[in-house]
Amino acid sequence: MSSASRPSTEGPERILTYAQALNEALREEMARDQSVILLGEDIGDYGGIFTVTRGLLGEFGSGRVIDTPISEGAIVGSALGLALTGYRPVVEIMFVDFVFVASDQLFNHVGKARYISGGQRAAPIVVRTQQGSGGGKGAQHSQCLEAIFCHVPGWKVVAPSNAADAKGLLKSAIRDGNPVAFLEHKALYFQKSPVPTESSAIPLGKARVVRGGGDVTLIAYSKAVELAVAAADQLAGEGIMAEIIDLRTLKPLDLDTILESVTKTKHVIIIHEAHRFCGFGAELAATIQEKAFHHLEAPVQRIAALDVPVPFNRTLEKTVLPRVGDVVAAVHASLGRGE
Amino acid sequence: MPKHTKRKAPSPGATRTRSVANHQPDLVKLYRKMYEIRRVEERLEELFRASEIYGSLHLCIGQEATVTGACAALAADDYITGTYRGHGATLAKGTSVQAVFAELFGRETGCCHGRGGSMLLTDLAVGNLGCSGIVAGGIPIAVGAALGARLSKNNRVSLTFFGEGATNQGVFHESLNMAALWNLPCIFFCENNLYAEMTHISKEASVERMADRGCACGVPGVVVDGNDVEAVYRTTAQAVTRARAEQGPTIIEAITYRLTGHMFGDPQTYRPKEEVQAWRERDPLLVARRRLEDRGIKSEQVEEIHQQVQAEIEEAVTFARQSPEPKSEEVSRYVFCEPTVD
Repeated sequence: MSSASRPSTEGPERILTYAQALNEALREEMARDQSVILLGEDIGDYGGIFTVTRGLLGEFGSGRVIDTPISEGAIVGSALGLALTGYRPVVEIMFVDFVFVASDQLFNHVGKARYISGGQRAAPIVVRTQQGSGGGKGAQHSQCLEAIFCHVPGWKVVAPSNAADAKGLLKSAIRDGNPVAFLEHKALYFQKSPVPTESSAIPLGKARVVRGGGDVTLIAYSKAVELAVAAADQLAGEGIMAEIIDLRTLKPLDLDTILESVTKTKHVIIIHEAHRFCGFGAELAATIQEKAFHHLEAPVQRIAALDVPVPFNRTLEKTVLPRVGDVVAAVHASLGRGE
Repeated sequence: MPKHTKRKAPSPGATRTRSVANHQPDLVKLYRKMYEIRRVEERLEELFRASEIYGSLHLCIGQEATVTGACAALAADDYITGTYRGHGATLAKGTSVQAVFAELFGRETGCCHGRGGSMLLTDLAVGNLGCSGIVAGGIPIAVGAALGARLSKNNRVSLTFFGEGATNQGVFHESLNMAALWNLPCIFFCENNLYAEMTHISKEASVERMADRGCACGVPGVVVDGNDVEAVYRTTAQAVTRARAEQGPTIIEAITYRLTGHMFGDPQTYRPKEEVQAWRERDPLLVARRRLEDRGIKSEQVEEIHQQVQAEIEEAVTFARQSPEPKSEEVSRYVFCEPTVD
C-alpha cells in the first residue's frame, strides 16, 4: 500500500497554508464543474471566518457562493434539495460543534438519502467544518466529533493533517458523489507546508505512512499527527524507531496499511484529540485486535482527550488534551521499558 | 443570487408560461385520484390487520383532498417533499399503485426497493424528492429544490407538505425565512388535521391559524377548506402562479381531519366520537361526489370509476405479493454510490 513519503506527491512545490490549499481546491473544483456550489455562513463577502472561501464570491458570483442565514438545519436540508436537483453543494459549518444543530438533516436525511430511496437519490454533498482545540475557545467550540459521523451509516469521513492532503482530499471529496464530512482543524489553518503545483486529487480511503520504523506503530490523523511526529523524534533519540500512519480518511478506513504496519512492529499506539470513551480509537483498537491479535506483543493503547468538556482555563485545557509525553510514555509501556 | 433579487418585480419574459394553473380542474379526475388514495389506504389497513404487511402505517383517510388538489396544480416536473403520512401525496404526484403496495410489502419492486417503507416513500420519476419520518424533515429539502430550480432557471416550483405540528419545529421557521429571503418558488403546504399526533393543536400552537406564521417572514398565508378538492386546487394554483412569476413563497393552510388514528392501532382516546362523526359528514370524497351529482355526472359513471380503481388495486396487491424480496446479500447496496473521481 502506501510507502513512506512526504505529504506532496510529485512536481514542484509551493509553501501554502492549509487554508490556502483548501481555497485552491474549492477554486479548481468550481472551475472544473459548474454544479459545485458553496453554502454557508459568512463565506461570501467575508470569505469565511478562517479565510477558506476568500475571493470565491468575486470569482464565481453569488449564484455559486451563497451566504446563508445562521440556520444550520435549513442549510444542510437545502443542500440535499440542491443535490436532488443536480448540484454538488459544499457546505461550510462554521464550527463542528454546530453540526448538532443540523443533526436531523445530516444523519436522518442526507446520510440515508440514497439507501432509503433504493438508490434513486444521490447526495453528493461535502460538509466542510473545523474542529479541535484552538486555545481557549471553550466547550462549545473545541470538540472533535469524527466518531459521530463515523458511527451513523452513510457518511465518508476525512480529516487532513497538512496543506497538501487538505487540497487533494477535498478535491476527491467534492467528486465523490456521496456525503463526505470533511473535518478540518482550526489550529492547522495557518500552518504552512509544501503543496505540489500540479496537485491532483488524493483518493479517499488511502492512509499515508509519514515515517517508516520497525519498533512501534503510531496511528493518528488531523492535528494529532503533529504529536506522533514529535513523539517519534523524541523516541528516535532513544533508538526507538516509530512508524507513523496518518489515516487521512477515517471512513472508509485503510485497514491494509494499518495491518501491514502492525504485523511488522507488533506494538500500536493510537493518538487522537477527540475524547477517549467511544472515540474513533476504540473502533481502531477493536478492529486491530480482531484482525491481528496474534501479531500483537502488547495491548493496543489509546492516547486521547479526557472525558471532560474542553475547559476554558489554559491549564485545564492542556490537562484535557493529549500531550507528546503521553505518547512517549505509552510507547515505553508498550515496549516494556520503564521510565 | 436570490438574496439580491428580493422583492424585485418579476422581469417580463423571464418566466415561461405554464398553462396548468389556468385550467379548471376536472373534478372527475380529482375524484378518481381521491378514491384511489382512499381505497389504497383502506386496503393497506386490511393487509396490516392480517399481518401481511408490517412496520408502521400512518393513513391519510379523510385528508385526500389536500394532496390531490395540491398536486393537481403542479406540473409533472415540479417537486414535492412529504411526510410519514405520505402514501396519498406520492400517489397524487403520480406514483403507481403497484410501486406503493410493493414498497409496503417490502419488495424489490417497491418504489424504494423495499429499503424505505411506508414513511419514506420517494419517487424521483414523478418529482417526489422524498417523504420524511421526521416532523418537518422534508421542509428544508424542498427549499433547496426551489433554490436549485431558481439557479437552473427551469421555472419549476417546489411544494412541501407538512402537518400543523411541524410548524412548531425550528427548521420550519428557518426554512420559511430562507425561502422568503431568497424569494424562492417554494410552497409551504400545511395540512392542518387538528391533531399533532395525539394532541389537539390548541395545546401545541400559540396561534390559531398556522398560515399566520408566515407573517414573521413576510410570506403571505392563505387558509383553505382542505376537504374541498377544488378549493385546494385553486388556492395552490394561485401560489404556483406567484412562485413561477418570481413573487416568492406562499404558506397554504388546508383545514382537514384524519378520520383514522395517528397510526395503526391508535385507540383515539383523545378526541370525542361526535367530533369524528361531524367530520365524517364532511368527508372530502362525499363533498366531491355530491358536487359531481350536482353537475349531472351519473352515478353509473362514478360506479365505473370505483370498479376500475378496485381492480387496479387488487392487481397491485397481487403484483406486490408475487414480487421478489430483496436479497440478503444485497443489504449493503445503496449505502454509497461508486465514487465518480475521474
